[in-house]
Amino acid sequence: MSKFNLPKNSKIRKGKHHAAPGGAGGKTRRFKIYRYDPDSGDNPRTDTFDVDTENCGQMVLDALIKIKDEADPSLTFRRSCREGICGSCAMNIDGTNTLACTKPLDEVRGEVRIYPLPHMPVVKDLVADMANFYAQYTLIEPWLKTDTPPPASRERLQGPEDRAKLDGLYECILCACCSTSCPSYWWNGDRYLGPAILLQAYRWLIDSRDEATGERLDELEDSFRVFRCHTIMNCTRTCPKSLNPAQAIGAIKMLLMERR
Amino acid sequence: MRIQTPLARARHLGSAMEGPEHWWMQRMTSLMLIPLTLWFVASMWWLVVDGGFTYEALRDWLSGPISAVLMLLFVGATFYHLKLGMQVIAEDYIIGKVARWTFIIMITLGCLTGAVATLYAVVAVALGG
Repeated sequence: MSKFNLPKNSKIRKGKHHAAPGGAGGKTRRFKIYRYDPDSGDNPRTDTFDVDTENCGQMVLDALIKIKDEADPSLTFRRSCREGICGSCAMNIDGTNTLACTKPLDEVRGEVRIYPLPHMPVVKDLVADMANFYAQYTLIEPWLKTDTPPPASRERLQGPEDRAKLDGLYECILCACCSTSCPSYWWNGDRYLGPAILLQAYRWLIDSRDEATGERLDELEDSFRVFRCHTIMNCTRTCPKSLNPAQAIGAIKMLLMERR
Repeated sequence: MRIQTPLARARHLGSAMEGPEHWWMQRMTSLMLIPLTLWFVASMWWLVVDGGFTYEALRDWLSGPISAVLMLLFVGATFYHLKLGMQVIAEDYIIGKVARWTFIIMITLGCLTGAVATLYAVVAVALGG
């Protein structure tokens, strides 16, 4: 049957409490952070960190870096650009998948609860295993496919209207917030491609310069790869870039109907 | 443990080249069932109000061609929709291959049997059985 129970040794226990270094200041905030170390053999735990937010940047990522610098250097998370363009710091903050670097601390009331992306294998602490997600991205062959050689000494042309169709799609940074918020992806992530990958697939399907539309649709015409989407809409609600993967999936379904 | 690249696992058995039909029929049957269900409930309510919910009253009502045809459509669409919907639920929530297929076979055979038996009953009553 369905796996509603957690696997063995994955029950989350209460972890350590780290008080704010140098005593509590005027604006101390409490962080509850998921910790898991596969080498220790222990169950995961939630550690509590008190952070003086007076001397800290305004985003959740700033606080995480401060904790790593000052309280516990073993705290593990991915981060790179700190401006919402690389997608590395995607995690579950205050119950919603988002980017730690663009999530202001002010938007979280009370304790700041931070977990890794839901229903993904955890490598360590807040770092999720993205191997399957990236393999699914490879599956849709995300590059321009053509048989016609490009015009001599110039680029492949695209009109302004056709270029506009890529708006709302090309901005996707593949952070996986949407896919890991989707129950269908939780239960059938091995076969369902999930909102992020399908949005990317649609980006190539409607590119007027691409010549492999039918071939791409062949790859998608599957009751699991696309049709596990039941328009739950978590993807659109959670997207930190305010994109609409649900709409892109709907458009793919329409293309699959159109060619019948 | 099977050593396989993530891409091999993601590609798995490839695309089944099906899905739109199931999705489309699920929507078509739900569209049909909106007016048909309203009509069915209204008809039953009218029968009760109009002098008792008796076998004779029901037979008289069902012997009309419009009632009979709409009733057959209602039964057919309901069981077809039920089969399609329950299959989606099984595919969503039942992870084990054996359990999933057992459930889908049971749904398919159950809905087929239910549909044929109900359609037969409608025809039998409509033709004065």
